[in-house]
Amino acid sequence: MAHPSQLGFQDAASPVMEELLHFHDHALMIVFLISTLVLYIIVAMVSTKLTNKYILDSQEIEVIWTILPAFILILIALPSLRILYLMDEINDPHLTIKAMGHQWYWSYEYTDYEDLGFDSYMLPTQDLAPGQFRLLEADHRMVIPVESPIRVLVSAEDVLHSWAVPSLGVKMDAVPGRLNQTAFIASRPGVFYGQCSEICGANHSFMPIVVEAVPLQYFEKWSSLMLEDT
Amino acid sequence: MKGVLMYLKVFSFPPACILNKMSIDRVVSTDVKMAEDIQAKLEKYRTAPFDARFPNQNQTRNCWSNYLDYHRCQKALDAKGVDTAPCDWYKRVYKSLCPISWIQKWDDQREEGTFPGKI
Repeated sequence: MAHPSQLGFQDAASPVMEELLHFHDHALMIVFLISTLVLYIIVAMVSTKLTNKYILDSQEIEVIWTILPAFILILIALPSLRILYLMDEINDPHLTIKAMGHQWYWSYEYTDYEDLGFDSYMLPTQDLAPGQFRLLEADHRMVIPVESPIRVLVSAEDVLHSWAVPSLGVKMDAVPGRLNQTAFIASRPGVFYGQCSEICGANHSFMPIVVEAVPLQYFEKWSSLMLEDT
Repeated sequence: MKGVLMYLKVFSFPPACILNKMSIDRVVSTDVKMAEDIQAKLEKYRTAPFDARFPNQNQTRNCWSNYLDYHRCQKALDAKGVDTAPCDWYKRVYKSLCPISWIQKWDDQREEGTFPGKI
């Protein structure tokens, strides 16, 4: 989850998010290098007493500052396209979950075998236990088995919402009447938080998403308990 | 020469009556085999598999298509008086993909006679 004065991404919990994180580091480093160079040149130009009024052109430097940026752009484009195609690969999910956005809560449906469905409301601040996170905790978490490819079909029952979990590298708009597919693998067990990412009314900031990744036996136990309760 | 002909007659092409029986058996056994295949697929079912007709982000049509296919299959096989078990594949897929509220709405519409799809 996000922490105070955070600068970078949250720790990755899926292989795709790891790739995105590393690519971002790579691209940002290039950006820092270029900015440092430009800033240095600006300071050097401004603070020198030397003048030169007679240079008209120079083929060599023109060649360098054309070829070098083109090369840098290729250096950025290749990993970018690699990740783009990686995210687009055909996957073979083990489980399908439907995340339906409502004003102002999410509901999750696990209907591959039985009809399991439940609502997930934000825990009000006054009901939080010590150590729980304000505006991020929910009463029912979306539990998934760890290290299994999961397909999530996102839709909405009223207005636009968006289902996002940054540490899993997932964000998908919830459009009424449309079923949007996204997929991910949780590479480690844990609890991952996200928030509704499309303005949807008064309580848009108060409908969080909580995904809990557990080993398969615990997932099976959880789903049979949930079926008994509902 | 005669020996060669005898040999060819006995060991090559089966006689007509056997041929007939073989083709009937083949037709019956492909139906049975298909039903068995579908049973095996249903037993190993985890979730809706990748469908190359709907490779992209928008899976609305995938859900709609399987819902229609199930009910059309039911209607067609009921009309023929045949076991409707092969239709269960479509049912599993639409149950995996379609939101429960959509399924309920469509079921109600079918009962009222206002369902927009052609079944």
